[in-house]
Amino acid sequence: MSAVFDSLSRFYASSIGKKILVALTGAALVVFVLGHMIGNLLVFAGPDAINEYGHLLQTALHGGGVWIARLGLLAAVGIHIIATIQLTRQNRAARLDRYGKEASQVSSKSSRTMIWSGLTILAFIIYHLLHFTVRVGNEYNSAAYKTTLHGEEVHNVYKMVIDGFSWAPASIFYVIAMLLLSSHLSHGVSSLFQTLGLATHRTEPLFKKLGHAFALLIVVGNCSIPLAILVFGYGR
Amino acid sequence: MSLLNLQLKVWRQNQGQPGHFQEIQARGIPDHASFLEMMDIVNERLIKDGSDPVAFDHDCREGICGMCSMTINGIPHGPEKATTTCQLHMRKFRDGDTIWIEPFRARAFPVIKDLIVDRGAFDRIQQAGGYVTVRTGAAPDANSILVGKEVADAAMDAAACIGCGACVAACKNASAMLFVSAKAGQLNSLPQGQPEKDRRTLGMVRQMDKEGFGNCTNQYECEAACPKEISVRWITKMNRDYAIASAKEAFVGTTERTEGGE
Repeated sequence: MSAVFDSLSRFYASSIGKKILVALTGAALVVFVLGHMIGNLLVFAGPDAINEYGHLLQTALHGGGVWIARLGLLAAVGIHIIATIQLTRQNRAARLDRYGKEASQVSSKSSRTMIWSGLTILAFIIYHLLHFTVRVGNEYNSAAYKTTLHGEEVHNVYKMVIDGFSWAPASIFYVIAMLLLSSHLSHGVSSLFQTLGLATHRTEPLFKKLGHAFALLIVVGNCSIPLAILVFGYGR
Repeated sequence: MSLLNLQLKVWRQNQGQPGHFQEIQARGIPDHASFLEMMDIVNERLIKDGSDPVAFDHDCREGICGMCSMTINGIPHGPEKATTTCQLHMRKFRDGDTIWIEPFRARAFPVIKDLIVDRGAFDRIQQAGGYVTVRTGAAPDANSILVGKEVADAAMDAAACIGCGACVAACKNASAMLFVSAKAGQLNSLPQGQPEKDRRTLGMVRQMDKEGFGNCTNQYECEAACPKEISVRWITKMNRDYAIASAKEAFVGTTERTEGGE
């Protein structure tokens, strides 16, 4: 048994091993980001649609489903961040004397700022959870945010989202975070196929386009909610 | 032929001491001199003036040995695609240009003097598995193993690597993945390399990590700088080979043990 764990810890200690874990957790987070966006777009289908969706998530598997998802996501985010910080520190240490004249031929600005876009997204996730999940510093847990759906009392997700994004600073921070997430995804999505050894001469250009398209889809889809509410007065 | 007047900013450093840039005026350089010939002219003048000439690596001067290095204006081997420093000509520069000349910078490539770095880390990676142990014997024996034309061509593409280290110098993280993947991938593609494939991949990657190179972030600056145009698809293959070899090592154990056990 310990032989297996020795090998696994050796795998994690290696450069490629850590990168593969970053790619796998990244892939899980990419799937989550897409699902999260599709679910949230239900806000445009009216109060009942998104409230029912919220109630479904909260009550799936007798309320256990949401915790399984949360713990899974926490593990994915944790591994993704710890491994990339370790990798970045090694990368900095691998070139102590910087070039007097720095030049880039093919690397994108997004690829060179992954650690900074990533850490900003981390700060955003913490804010986002405090804002809409834990709901601190606001009234979203109060009785004013309860509504009845099919005779049951449920949380009024619709009202919370509309009120949340009616405050300009929050909406602006959400939009900035989504732009950085899009930058992160534009390098990350195609990069994970390379790290997992799946890219070929034929498929690599396709993966690259797919990554850019996915980044665009996420930024447009997610930003549409605060922009519709704040700028176009949707639901207000 | 026209003559160029250039402003050089050359990295000067003695082993183990901090380095600095020295400004050198290079006047009257013929535009069809190679970059190394330009350096020769500059050094002749430095020697005549009684100062220390600039130390730089060079050998065949025909683009096949991998000895010449130098990062020129931030790009290893200079601005021309698929060209070593010795094959770069001064006609690629304009009169009055400022040229930054630096060593291949990486912690794993310590500076010996000025522009000369110790690339011994590459030799140690090769020794960790970049070979086939089996005796291939005389030519008829080698030919008894059939190799498909496509496989042979692909292996030859990887074998074009001259081990110069430009990939490390160009990488934002000083990673050696392109070099290691070309050397491992060449043998891992061929039937002669199959018996030691897993051991080779694990050994070379572990030695690479031990040498203090950075990690690949899939930005492909290495491929753009490579004088032999080695493709980053070799890195894809090494990632795959390494994942498979690690899984086999963790859950199956080494080949020798399974075969040796009764």
